[in-house]
Amino acid sequence: MSRVSEVSAPATTRSQPRSGARPGRGRRTTGTNTGTGPLGWFLLVVLAVYAGGPLVVFLFNSLKSPAEISNSPLGAPTEWRWENFITAFQDANMGQGILNSLIISVSTAVGVCVIAGLAAYAMTRLDLPGKNNWMLYLLVSTSLPIQMFLVPLLTWWSTLGLYNSQFGLIVIYWAIYSPFATLLLRSFLIAIPPQYEEAARIDGAGEFRLFTSIVVPMVWPGFITAALVAGLQAYNEFLLAVTFIQDADRLPASLALYSFQQNLTPNWALVSAAGLIMALPAIVIFVLLQRKFIEGYTQGGMAN
Amino acid sequence: MSRTATAVPPQGTPLRRHGRTKIRYRTRGLAWAFMAPLLIVNLLVIGGPGLASFFYSFTDWDGLGSANFVGIANYVELFTSPAVLSAIQHNLIWTGFFLVVPMSMALLGAFLLSRVRRGQILFRVLFFIPYVLATIVSSIIWRQILSPTAGIGQALQGIGIDWFADTNFLGDPALALGSVAFINNWQWWGFLLVLFLAAMQGVDPALYEAARLDGANAFREFWHITLPGIRPTLMFLMLMTVIWSFLVFDYVFILTQGGPAGSTDVIGTVLYRTAFSENRAGYASSMAMLLTVISAAIVLGYQLLRKKLKWEV
Repeated sequence: MSRVSEVSAPATTRSQPRSGARPGRGRRTTGTNTGTGPLGWFLLVVLAVYAGGPLVVFLFNSLKSPAEISNSPLGAPTEWRWENFITAFQDANMGQGILNSLIISVSTAVGVCVIAGLAAYAMTRLDLPGKNNWMLYLLVSTSLPIQMFLVPLLTWWSTLGLYNSQFGLIVIYWAIYSPFATLLLRSFLIAIPPQYEEAARIDGAGEFRLFTSIVVPMVWPGFITAALVAGLQAYNEFLLAVTFIQDADRLPASLALYSFQQNLTPNWALVSAAGLIMALPAIVIFVLLQRKFIEGYTQGGMAN
Repeated sequence: MSRTATAVPPQGTPLRRHGRTKIRYRTRGLAWAFMAPLLIVNLLVIGGPGLASFFYSFTDWDGLGSANFVGIANYVELFTSPAVLSAIQHNLIWTGFFLVVPMSMALLGAFLLSRVRRGQILFRVLFFIPYVLATIVSSIIWRQILSPTAGIGQALQGIGIDWFADTNFLGDPALALGSVAFINNWQWWGFLLVLFLAAMQGVDPALYEAARLDGANAFREFWHITLPGIRPTLMFLMLMTVIWSFLVFDYVFILTQGGPAGSTDVIGTVLYRTAFSENRAGYASSMAMLLTVISAAIVLGYQLLRKKLKWEV
């Protein structure tokens, strides 16, 4: 299902961890350490095979020849053809695709952090009227369907010269990923006692300086989490990218891959290799920063 | 779980207390200025075009030329079109599938995992990896596994099991929708698991100890302590599942394009085809309004319910 985490936002309305410490930290042990019996372990392993098995098949197929995929669809390759990755990289134009995707994801992440950071600061620290209504506004705007605004947006973007431009796509991502990031950063900001800025405020520091020099450094982890979530979503997004980007040399990796596998008789070994090339950056970044990622999704609300 | 969020006094209160209206107005203007980037992109991308959609849903707009007012003709067609009605039916089946299959898998997995001390993080990472893959990537993986000529059917045949030897999971109208949902589930359930796991870790351990003293087994602990303990998360995710099930697009579009013979068409794909292949943007806008009303009604209903039942969500 698409547009997942934006909609998980409403959870952020809930409580902060009782300690007031930043969520996700320092609570590594579980509440239910009764252990797991043999049946429990068996079921966990079954679920792990369900999750991991297809990934292994994916890796195997990317290293086979097409003939070998037909002969042994799910087995290990007899000869590990690493050159598949080079061929796929060239044939599917993955280099350009990954580069485009990186530009789009990083710009999305940075822009979303700026937009959401400012908004969250206004909601928690400044005299913004109607605070609860803003929450509802953010909640509703995170769960509206993309299809609601897709067709007129295409016309608007064509008029503004933003159709078939990466910048045009990035602006759309800013709009749809900012509400969730705002709710996320808001929950980080609430966890920080306002006394920290009080002194500086009394000293006459302007709000913008307070924001950049005191608040941003304190909620830095929140910004990283928000950037990761928005960046990953932009990297994987499909519906808007396929609608708004046309030129082959501007396509993000997801679309380069989509057109590569659309051949009537695709070479599945190469398609798998190209797919793995696209998946690897996301997997590596996730595994390295998994706690930050998961914190982003469970922040505040979901995790009681 | 108290709402500590509201316990923190909002900043700006001290200023108001001084009653210095001049400063208050200045900070209020500043607040709007900080809010402005979000509002501008939101209105430009979502609000404006969204309103335009509402307007176009009463016209015969083709997406390019001028639009003529046609009253509620689009809505009449919407609720009488066999293609749309069958798509709605598929969305409902999809909703049922996602309320049951990934939910139970995730609840089971999260409960088991919450009782594991060592290796919990490894499992959690593995379960979550499919979720960080793009739809197109997981579609490529599963299209091969479910291939009718070189997939799981042939692999099983190799070890003497003929069950799926001739099964065309994505090409058989009777199986296609379930297969697409199954593929989406592979990517989706680990996300739910991680959210449930985080919620379960917030349940008071003393409750489990008390239950254990009373001689409760794992199932009773799950039923009487875990489930009530994570109720807010569970309810929230179930309602969101309903919304997402009506908005589904990617997997169907990539894997089957709604086929074979419309057997996997959902509102999202019918809408896309109507708008961009048939160039009936006005009619497509009425479908968009249907989706909007569905999601807005669910979100608002949820908020209302929360207030009424005083859930501390």
